[in-house]
Amino acid sequence: MALTTILLAIPLLGVLVLLLWTREGSQQQVKWVAFGFSIVTFLASLLMWNRFDPTQGGFQMVQSWDWLPMLGIKIQWGVDGISMLLVLLTTFIMPLAILSSFGSGIFAERGRERLYYLFMLLLEFAMLGVFVTLDLIIFYIFWELTLVPMYFLIGIWGAEQRIYAAVKFFLYTMAGSIMMLLAILYVGLTAETFVLPGILAAQADGRVQFLYDGLFSTQSFLFLGFFIAFAIKVPIWPFHSWLPDAHVQAPTAGSVILAGILLKLGTYGIVRFCLPLFPEASVGWGGFIASLGVIGILYGAWVSYAQDDVKKLVAYSSVSHLGFVVVGIFALNSAGLQGATLQMVNHGISTGGLFLLVGMLYERRHTKEMAAFGGVWKVMPAFGGISLVIVLSSMGLPGLNGFVGEFTILLGSLGSEYLGFTFAFLATLGVIMAAIYLLNMFQHVYMGELREENADLAPMRWNEIAVLVPVVILTLWIGLQPGTFFRLMDHSTGQLLEDAGFTTETRTAESLGITPLVGRGTLELNGPYTLVLD
Amino acid sequence: MVTFLDWAPLVILFPLLGFIANLFGGARLGRRYAGWLATGAAALAFVVSLLLLVALRENGYQAHLQDFPLLGHWFDIPTANLRIGWQLRVDTLSVTMMLVVTGVGSLIHLYAIGYMTGDSAFVRFFAYLNLFLVFMLVLVSANNFLMMFVGWEGVGLCSYLLIGFWWDQRGGEGWRNSNAARKAFIVNRVGDFGLLMAMFLIFWQFGTLDFYAPTEVANVAWASGATHHSADDHATDDGHAADANEDEHEAADDHTDSPASDAHGESGAPAVHTTNEHLATHERGVFGQAEALIAGELPVRAFAGVRLSAEGLVTLITLFLLLGAIGKSAQIPLFVWLPDAMAGPTPVSALIHAATMVTAGVYMMVRADVLFYEAAVTSFVVAIIGAATALTAGFIALGQWDIKRVLAYSTISQLGFMVAAVGVGAYVAAMFHLVTHAFFKALLFLGSGSVIHGVEHGHHHVHDAHGVHEGESTSHHEDGFDPQDMRNMGGLAARMPLTYLTYLIGTLALAGVFPLAGFWSKDEILADAWRLGIEKAELSGYLTLGLLLAAAAMTAFYMWRQVELVFHGRARSEAAAAAPESAYTMTVPLLILAVASVLGGMLNAPHGVLGLDRLFGAHSLTNFLEATVRHAHAGSFVFWLAALALGLAVLAILSARSIYGQGRGVSETGEDALQANGNLISWFWQLANRRLFWDEFYECVFLRPYQALARFFAQTIDWDFWHNYVHDDVLRAGFNAAGGFLARPVDMGLVDGAVNGVARLIQSLSARLRRTQSGYVRAYALALFLGTLLIVILMLLPLAGSGG
Repeated sequence: MALTTILLAIPLLGVLVLLLWTREGSQQQVKWVAFGFSIVTFLASLLMWNRFDPTQGGFQMVQSWDWLPMLGIKIQWGVDGISMLLVLLTTFIMPLAILSSFGSGIFAERGRERLYYLFMLLLEFAMLGVFVTLDLIIFYIFWELTLVPMYFLIGIWGAEQRIYAAVKFFLYTMAGSIMMLLAILYVGLTAETFVLPGILAAQADGRVQFLYDGLFSTQSFLFLGFFIAFAIKVPIWPFHSWLPDAHVQAPTAGSVILAGILLKLGTYGIVRFCLPLFPEASVGWGGFIASLGVIGILYGAWVSYAQDDVKKLVAYSSVSHLGFVVVGIFALNSAGLQGATLQMVNHGISTGGLFLLVGMLYERRHTKEMAAFGGVWKVMPAFGGISLVIVLSSMGLPGLNGFVGEFTILLGSLGSEYLGFTFAFLATLGVIMAAIYLLNMFQHVYMGELREENADLAPMRWNEIAVLVPVVILTLWIGLQPGTFFRLMDHSTGQLLEDAGFTTETRTAESLGITPLVGRGTLELNGPYTLVLD
Repeated sequence: MVTFLDWAPLVILFPLLGFIANLFGGARLGRRYAGWLATGAAALAFVVSLLLLVALRENGYQAHLQDFPLLGHWFDIPTANLRIGWQLRVDTLSVTMMLVVTGVGSLIHLYAIGYMTGDSAFVRFFAYLNLFLVFMLVLVSANNFLMMFVGWEGVGLCSYLLIGFWWDQRGGEGWRNSNAARKAFIVNRVGDFGLLMAMFLIFWQFGTLDFYAPTEVANVAWASGATHHSADDHATDDGHAADANEDEHEAADDHTDSPASDAHGESGAPAVHTTNEHLATHERGVFGQAEALIAGELPVRAFAGVRLSAEGLVTLITLFLLLGAIGKSAQIPLFVWLPDAMAGPTPVSALIHAATMVTAGVYMMVRADVLFYEAAVTSFVVAIIGAATALTAGFIALGQWDIKRVLAYSTISQLGFMVAAVGVGAYVAAMFHLVTHAFFKALLFLGSGSVIHGVEHGHHHVHDAHGVHEGESTSHHEDGFDPQDMRNMGGLAARMPLTYLTYLIGTLALAGVFPLAGFWSKDEILADAWRLGIEKAELSGYLTLGLLLAAAAMTAFYMWRQVELVFHGRARSEAAAAAPESAYTMTVPLLILAVASVLGGMLNAPHGVLGLDRLFGAHSLTNFLEATVRHAHAGSFVFWLAALALGLAVLAILSARSIYGQGRGVSETGEDALQANGNLISWFWQLANRRLFWDEFYECVFLRPYQALARFFAQTIDWDFWHNYVHDDVLRAGFNAAGGFLARPVDMGLVDGAVNGVARLIQSLSARLRRTQSGYVRAYALALFLGTLLIVILMLLPLAGSGG
């Protein structure tokens, strides 16, 4: 049995165990059971990493069963470098999210600890499923399955307006996926298989073609069907309206998972399905979508700055950060795509970390208003120091993880055949704006005169330290030695780009006769000051 | 052969260890030891720098590249062709910077032991100082732009932490401190944006960010022995190196790459190249390729369809680099953060905001001299910005009361001199002024710190004598007494003789009085500007010269004003009257820096002036830097210009003395002697005092609109319109309507039920139910999930049938 299958089986087994865990007087142990299963999942993913051969571009540790052979539906999963990274991110974040819930105030209020941890493991199972599945139908099932536990996590253990936020989250993302299901069915039934490598092979030898001859052609619609579902999940501006609600209402661990992993489902989907399946449409729409990404970067940062609620501030910062990822993906070159993939991981770590911090502050003060804090660093020096590292990582300080992703993305976008100077210029402005809202937050919460209400904040508990230390270590690791992670995906991204034809001359916008919506002009500047348009 | 050069990483590792030790064990070590530990780490780094200097001499000033241990490559992405190492570059330029950073840094560490005594965060302070040294040394010793950028932003971070070091003070003081810190970081980020853009362009054009490839010769003309400015007696040191290079010349010309002896003829040493012909163009570093680009040997890359000319691209790159330098080195229009940065403890102002970090911009431009030399437009802009900054900041300094603010504006002004030097192509002169300025400005800042410390102690002393005990000695002037305001000083010469003496030396050195350090370095810049004007008939030469001369006169004037206000006349407060001389840890660094400020000019003594070159060697620094700086040239001593500058300085000092001397500086009402005039002069003084309203202007044009727009986007656009109106009202109403429409005409039981489920749920949503019972939630979710899935499947059934 392939390791991938075992990886998926562990959290599912955990769900079953928790489901049957009804012994009286043993409810205190459920958290340890859940934590144990998440750690074992993490170890399994490390084993996968160990077995993974980064010199191969294709999928590895593949397991395949026929499911509905007459429709060409298989249960098939496996990993390449890109999904391997996201699997590692998931299995890394989950134990932290679970551990951070230990002794949380939400159980005193709402109880149902067993159910909570059960949903955690179910969520892990569903998310891992999304990252490893190669069959479109199974992918869709996992995709929708992620909604359910998150819906309950927000709806039961959330803040005051939890029902509103949960329903909005559910409806919004669900509405997007319906179009995707249509597109999946069309693609699968046309290709007579729903397995991704099979469809790609059929495309490669010309058995299947999704016609592209403009923004209103079959491929274009299929592309959009997938893309809108992913865009809502990311969320790409302007589909972000559900995000602040979900984040503000969700319990801490829910926010951590939401920002850390769930949002990456969207960006991962774009990379895994949109680019290889619909390369011409990706070129055609790429400039436009990258523009949305750039708007998201600037808009998210700007809106973030005006927030009074720390959690909302961090939520909007996600819009900004994921804008970078979108720009990187649609640079359609190696630097952009690898930067984007690594930035997915980085955002998971640093924004996940930020939500952990906000949660710890909330546990102590029961408020998320920035104005209520001030001088926290004075009473909690170690906490302040760790917070600073995480804030700086989110800000993209070189030497920490955030910078590595942002730099590679922006580098890729400038050198991209499809984007170029203007995109890079505007997106890089986001680096300044990130400093503005994050330093503002750090100053208000941690610096300044110590307020009386904050004078006796409890020092960090053991599990809080245990949660933050791995975050800081990974922040430094990726910041100083990103090679470990780039190496993992180098061949996979290379192959993806090559198969889709972005790296060769055959698929530039001109050769395809595509007029992109936004982007690439033909402008020749001769001599330092003369500007010749042709 | 093992040389000291292989030890280069130690220069970074020592402060790093100091930082880690103090961060995790500082509290256990105890205060005294924490301070000495940090100072020791800095001193060890200085020793390593000295050893590197010696080793460089040994091998004939050849650059040495050294990978950082354990880290390997930083970026290594084969398919993106991106390969960036953690690689140190030991060459004459980086060693010069290392010596300044660690030398002045060690003294300031020592000084801070005395200065920070009694501060509650003593250990943290020294941890930060060591961390600063780490990043600063990374900055100056990097062999590629990106690693330099690590140091570049890292020092910005340390600057942020140290400016806001006293963020917890009461009475709004702490808030102001952290505001200053935040301002510094953000303004610097604007500059960093430029540096990032420059790096992107450089990478795509040249395919690398390395300054130079291994074995690449930075200055071919120098390496082949074509230029040596010290034909006289000083040539002994590098003389035999040049000879060896001569021998090498033929071998390299034949492309043989034969491993030949180094300067001392030992076997097994790496080949000594005097040209770069052993490297194909694309194998060279950025600067080597840039020369090929300008020469037309390299195609210009197009960016998404836009192709510039070679000159245009280099201009664009250098303009972005310049933006970075403007941020870091506090030039117009981004200088506004530096005066505020004085909120940090005074040793920080001396180390970071005078001697080292703020000069990083100048260092970077000198490092990239190949690019700047080729970009005529940029050079012009650089010269004008530098000169205009020198003058503007000098003018503002005339009207300041805060002893450190005067020095801050003075620093901006002097950085303007250096930047202007780069603009007129006087790269060595810029470095020369950078070094001497580090000496005397650090001296002045430390002196001002000694003064502040003395006045503060005097203040406490007075209060204690009056029986008003303030409790902790760390409480900073909560009673509104400002120990940095020069109006509260006066007559300190007698109270603090050592401080006075050294401060006087620093003042004269800064004012450019013969024969102190500032005289020589400033004069070299002026002479080079003049030469650019006269030889190449370039407007920027004359313009720069004029502006800088005016700035130099102002320098002398405001510095003497300060000496009069602080040290001469009578004490204007009880605190000043009771101020004691500082402890030896503070005065010893002052004395050492004073000596350096006197003799520093001899580092690069001009040829044939008063026989000084016979004593100290002529153009030593030029000869040293020439191994690295491609377009280095020795400055000529223009006698009349030096005399003019000196005359101006003396005149300014005399007039300052006549205006502010004998206690006339401050009127009874606390007004400046110029302010009280009531005529045009007092109007100008007011303008200087209000800092030309520069900050107010920025607040109106940038800060307020940014905040207003942020609120507008966040509240009106994002929340009221997009979140509440479009989503909660329009979309939900539409959904409700659609649900109702579907429910009636569709008569199938299954669909009917499912749609009703959806509709019910939407209704519950619109009522914004806030029920806590999870039973409802689950039921709705299930209904929603099943219902939607069912609709979709029903819709798709026909498609599935025909699709195959």
